[in-house]
Amino acid sequence: MTTHLVVNGSAFESDAPGMRRLLDVLREDLGLTGTKEGCGEGECGACTVLLDGEPVLSCLVPVCQVQGAEVRTVEALAPASGGLNVLQQAFLETGGAQCGICTPGMLMAGEAFLASGADPTDKAIREAIAGNLCRCTGYTKIIDAIRLAAERGA
Amino acid sequence: MTIETPARPTPASTPQPTRSRTVPLRREGPAKLTGTALYTDDMVFPGAWYGATIRSTDAHATLLAIELDPAFAWDRVVVVTADDIPGTNVVMSIAADQPILVPVGGEIRHHAEPVALLAAPDRDTLREARRRVTLRTQPLPPVFDPLASDVMFAHYELGRGDVDAALAAADRVIEGTYRVGHQEQLYIENNAMIALPREDGGITVHGSLQCPYYVHRALIAGMALDDAHVQVIQAETGGGFGGKEEYPSMIALHAALLARRTGKPVRMIYDRHEDLSATTKRHPAVIRHRTGLTRDGRIVAQDIDLVLDGGAYTTLTPVVLSRATIHAGGPYDVANVRIRSRAVATNTPPNGAFRGFGAPQAEFAAEMQVNRAAHALGMSPLEIRRRNVYRPGGVTPTRQVLGADVAGLEVLERAADASDFERTLARTAADRAARPPSARTARGIGLALAWHGAGFTGSGEEKMGSVASLELTGDGRIRILTASTEMGQGTKTIFPQLVAGELEIDMDEVELAPQDTSFVPDSGPTVASRTAMVVGGLLIHAARRLKADVEGRTGRPFGLSWRDDAQDHGPTRIDETFLPYPDRHFDDETYTGDAYPSFGWAAAVAEVEVDLDTAEVAVLSVVAADDVGRVIHPVLCEGQVEGGTLQAVGYATIEEIKLLDGRYLNDRLATYIIPTSLDAPRLETILVEAPFTDAPHGAKGVGELPMDVGAPAVVAAIHDAVGAWVHDLPATPERILAALGGIEPPGPPGVSAVSPVRE
Repeated sequence: MTTHLVVNGSAFESDAPGMRRLLDVLREDLGLTGTKEGCGEGECGACTVLLDGEPVLSCLVPVCQVQGAEVRTVEALAPASGGLNVLQQAFLETGGAQCGICTPGMLMAGEAFLASGADPTDKAIREAIAGNLCRCTGYTKIIDAIRLAAERGA
Repeated sequence: MTIETPARPTPASTPQPTRSRTVPLRREGPAKLTGTALYTDDMVFPGAWYGATIRSTDAHATLLAIELDPAFAWDRVVVVTADDIPGTNVVMSIAADQPILVPVGGEIRHHAEPVALLAAPDRDTLREARRRVTLRTQPLPPVFDPLASDVMFAHYELGRGDVDAALAAADRVIEGTYRVGHQEQLYIENNAMIALPREDGGITVHGSLQCPYYVHRALIAGMALDDAHVQVIQAETGGGFGGKEEYPSMIALHAALLARRTGKPVRMIYDRHEDLSATTKRHPAVIRHRTGLTRDGRIVAQDIDLVLDGGAYTTLTPVVLSRATIHAGGPYDVANVRIRSRAVATNTPPNGAFRGFGAPQAEFAAEMQVNRAAHALGMSPLEIRRRNVYRPGGVTPTRQVLGADVAGLEVLERAADASDFERTLARTAADRAARPPSARTARGIGLALAWHGAGFTGSGEEKMGSVASLELTGDGRIRILTASTEMGQGTKTIFPQLVAGELEIDMDEVELAPQDTSFVPDSGPTVASRTAMVVGGLLIHAARRLKADVEGRTGRPFGLSWRDDAQDHGPTRIDETFLPYPDRHFDDETYTGDAYPSFGWAAAVAEVEVDLDTAEVAVLSVVAADDVGRVIHPVLCEGQVEGGTLQAVGYATIEEIKLLDGRYLNDRLATYIIPTSLDAPRLETILVEAPFTDAPHGAKGVGELPMDVGAPAVVAAIHDAVGAWVHDLPATPERILAALGGIEPPGPPGVSAVSPVRE
């Protein structure tokens, strides 16, 4: 069965077996290695991508479930003209990325939060990234980054 | 965040900061933020095969045979056993005891020990082949309890004064036994290596690792290759925390053996389950204290017995034990001290390096003693520390006389002030006294203080003789060459920052060579919080020499003349080799002398809320004050303190490995849990600067410091809330309820349970 999906704005047809993980389709079939695998069982959030705008764990999503859907990954965040988007820039300035392995998933969770228009309180941001583990930062500077991006109108 | 420089007369020799106050952005940050940074598993090598490790399922056994199912077409895959190792069947470390693969007829010493290797062109074939391998073994009796083990990896005894007489004369003697279990580093990127066979018979390895030259040495010995035929390149590394200090040597050897056999690149990418099951953890420990005190809270004697569980092989255990031993008394000047320690073998996977390296275990016990002593004497935990903490000129258990860069009192007062410790303590005490039986939660506050020796212990740095290089290339580029790795802590940012500061040029002009052993000198491992202090110091010296050379030739400031000099004079390369800090002596035989060139100091105040029905603990806030000598980059430095503090909070409350028959039971991320953003407390960091005067920039290191104080501060806060001392880590609800007398305590942390024998 062919799965039709849109990845970062481009239409894509996947002939992969229906149970192939979206994570593998992205990383191996499309070469989009920005999305990371940390546990393969939906616990760490490193593989978070946006599926029709909603954050999902791409290690738990079989490709057959994304028929007709729009997938957005970390590779789509930066403006085409180069540089960083508002959230990425905020991460860079506050120190929200250390080792960087949780960062793509964290950014996608952060983007979903910003898009929701929710009030960027400490509690709300913590809840928005609660499914994304980080072992380097203690989360403080990630929360600062998301708040800063919200203040800048991202 | 605030940066506090302690108020003290500034000696003329005090190094001045070489940095500007503008904070540069993380150099590799944009690549990490756009998803273009290449971690090992992101690297594509066409035609690569996939590798897997066949591991023991016994904790202790004789390996009788490796049986391959004849129904499987074995010509589709490659199998490697100990017989296929061209060099020595040992993962080179401190001792030559850990095999790369257990040979048939050999002894399996722990669960998940590597026995054979497989490689296949695709994952499905590999998975199928794995199922068709059976290990035939003869079980041997295992040892799980470190106190029952008679195999010792290392032992130390040190101290001064007359401990027995001082204990006999003391007004109060406080005794306690404390146990801590394993802790997993839990870097979010699992261990990963890719080995590429070379046409010249050599091997190139790309991997997630902390210490390129450790892997290099291990490959030379195991693969019987010379220096020139082994190349180790660090890929972007998604966290290490000590967990990628030694085990990458094992994985690189496995990948290299398969690559050599298949003639193809081989990917050894661990999944979380394998990484948790097989790789090193923080050492469990059993620590007994007897502390003698005067009525007014002066510590007059410490008698300490410390046992570390090393697991099945030596790995880094003797060095971990050494640091644990030297730090065991805590940051207190005590005239009569005796510390006896030993590290023993058990039939569990080897334990290794993890942020703090023995000090967090030892200082948890030391701080529990001090907090219990304060409570017993009716004294404030702050005041008892004021009376005992080291001052400049203090004498340590190795008889090291501390210099002027002691900041124990400063970090203590700063953390206490910022957290309003005394007033909060009075309030929680009043709340406790007035607490109605209907109360469902209770709040508490706790304090802890620690010291952490900067860099390698004793003569380690001198023996290592690290080299860092700086190059002005013929085409006018300035390039740093070191083997120091970036794994999130900021190496790639602070090195160019330090060099640019010395050369008085823009930081963007300074390049950094890749961490590739064919290219960069051996600057030592990226461990022991030594990178900023030691390698950063070497780079500053190298920059000063380069500047002097160029300015001597051109007669103009470096910033205006380096490109001309490169054109006229050609390339200049400075190789700066570590020279011992002046007037430091350590005797490895008697374990006396200057154990560390300097010490960092850390204080933490934690506030918790305990659910009085379930005994669940929420850590609400931690105020951390850390003396790092000199802050090179405030944002990165603060990030180290925040991250380390949260790892310590996890250690205190939820992180524990449970074992059955020597096997880690919670070997998945669903069952080994670490703090999420909702569990993380509000973190406030205070950076204190008491410069290490023998480093050109004054830096002491920061990575490990916060790990030493978080856990005892949290456990003290739990006591303040509920009135019970939890002696074992982590302080889970079960242990808190047991300490309150309600239920039977769970088994000691770190010791394997044993299945009942079936009839």
